[in-house]
Amino acid sequence: MLPELFFVYFAFAIILLSILVVTRKNPVHSVLWMLLLFFHIASLYLFLNAEFMALIQMIVYAGGILVLFLFAILLVNIKEEIRITRFIGAWPTGLTFAIGIFIVIFVSIKSFVLGQQGTYTIDFIKKESHTKALGKLLYTDFLYPFEIASLILLVAIIGAIILAKRRIKS
Amino acid sequence: MNLQLPPLGPIMPEIFMTSLALILLMADLFIKKKEVLAGASILGVLVVAYTLIGSSGSTFGGMFISDGYSSFFKAIFFINLILSVLISIKYIRIERVNFGEYYSLIALSTLGMMIMASAADLIVLYLGLELMALSTYILAGFIRYDIKSNEAALKYFLLGAFSSAFLLYGISLIYGLTGTTSIKAIASFISEKGLVGNPALSLSMTLFVVAFGFKIAAVPFHMWAPDAYEGAPTSITAFMSVGPKAAGFAVLGRVFMIAFASIKFEWTFLLIPLSILSMAIGNIVALAQSNIKRMLAYSSIAHAGYALIGVIAANTDGVASMMNYLMIYAFMNIGAFAVVIMLRTEGFKGENITDYEGLAKTHPFLSALMLIFMFSLTGIPPTAGFIGKLYVFMSAINAGYTWLVLVAVVFSVISAYFYLRIVMYMYMREPKIEVGTSKSGTLGVALGVTAVMVLAIGVYPKCLVELARAALSGF
Repeated sequence: MLPELFFVYFAFAIILLSILVVTRKNPVHSVLWMLLLFFHIASLYLFLNAEFMALIQMIVYAGGILVLFLFAILLVNIKEEIRITRFIGAWPTGLTFAIGIFIVIFVSIKSFVLGQQGTYTIDFIKKESHTKALGKLLYTDFLYPFEIASLILLVAIIGAIILAKRRIKS
Repeated sequence: MNLQLPPLGPIMPEIFMTSLALILLMADLFIKKKEVLAGASILGVLVVAYTLIGSSGSTFGGMFISDGYSSFFKAIFFINLILSVLISIKYIRIERVNFGEYYSLIALSTLGMMIMASAADLIVLYLGLELMALSTYILAGFIRYDIKSNEAALKYFLLGAFSSAFLLYGISLIYGLTGTTSIKAIASFISEKGLVGNPALSLSMTLFVVAFGFKIAAVPFHMWAPDAYEGAPTSITAFMSVGPKAAGFAVLGRVFMIAFASIKFEWTFLLIPLSILSMAIGNIVALAQSNIKRMLAYSSIAHAGYALIGVIAANTDGVASMMNYLMIYAFMNIGAFAVVIMLRTEGFKGENITDYEGLAKTHPFLSALMLIFMFSLTGIPPTAGFIGKLYVFMSAINAGYTWLVLVAVVFSVISAYFYLRIVMYMYMREPKIEVGTSKSGTLGVALGVTAVMVLAIGVYPKCLVELARAALSGF
């Protein structure tokens, strides 16, 4: 019963915090709410016995990405928010679609049946420790996806340099 | 614990492609003449294509598979890369974005497509898709001082990220349902455990349709395409109207024909409206365009609709015709974009349809080439476009979708209006403004190759058709 209660708290807190993030007028406030949001998401990983993922979520997202966000916001002068009218004004249409999709997903998910369990069960992870199991897998079974991910990061770096570095000859 | 490296034979083309991209990136530091990099990338791809020959089989615990199907698509990607590089050498100099990373990013994007075509596992599929997409977003925004290019990159990026979320949701649902991400294992689990008809499975499949629909720019997931195609550098528009679309079809074919084979009825039921809407909106909205890149963007949406008919037929014949269609589309579409690029000169955009008025008087040879590509895009014999449509339609009729073919033919007739309008402008109007062309040897080679291939496939289609059929043996 107690874990369920905790889960309900975190689930609702995440929804509430997400709404707060996107509705704040002050971007700094948004980012600070997001910090809280990331901590709550990290706790979701703990429910899955993934303490390493939870830690990484805190260090990388809360520690790294969020600080970058703050820097970007503080460096760019946005005291005067650019105000332009929305291109699409028909929010009832969007809301209808959103509710429609929500109902479809809600109804379909009811018939969800859990499939077979893999080799790496919770008992296995408890015995081996999550960090060890993850490290082993990344360099054995999932070596190929791991390498592709490294290329994706490389592309991101190249892209950031090309798009941000000034070298326009005019 | 001992680490054993899995057999690397099947994955050789990908390894060479990665090396090529990294070498291009490094060489960019030392080489001042960026044309050398263009040449190197073409030579490099030829080497990669050579390594493709001996590579078949699967590796990395079945996550990677190299078969005829993936090899055929990789051939499309290589052709796409070579032709795009050929048409961009002069163009990016005119746009003053002659940077070495351009070629490296094209190689990395192609690598992503190759990974997608060879993906036998949903995780690999997703990562390949992201690799391809991220590189393409950057390329779309490559002209940094041009606000339209920025717009193209931003719209493409935001909607692409949105579609990735759909894909991930679909993957996580199917993983929860089956406990595996391997495409083959999903197929056997679904049929063994009697998951057919489960709404959660249908939901997952629908999310896949949405995500792949974004990538192939099928209506109603096409909103990004016209703006992204118009704003991106023209050579990249050519690249991304062929490559990511073909890659999207590659994964669409593999996931739906194998993983979701047992719920064929459900996904054909979803794909049919997608195909009809793509043909309808693509062709009808193209009528109203005054910018040729935008017109070709809508045409590319419509062509996704035609190629979808091959998937809807849901048999090897249909898939083979879809593969044919994409190969032919690569030649005729890049050919048309090569002509558009030719009209881009220093200080003149040459993107308005009215710029083509009277082109036949001043540039008769270029107009003749444009005529061939426009005929082919319409689907008029003896060009390749006709063959592509013919085989797609034939496979659909054999599968019992005669009415769908009738709809497609009607929309083909409508499409003739805007394709042939260009021809009419070129041949039947007087030139109003002086239109120059930017001639370059490589652009000429690209135009020559595409025109010859469009005519050769049109006159002698047997070779390509047999190739696609042979590629599907064991699919």
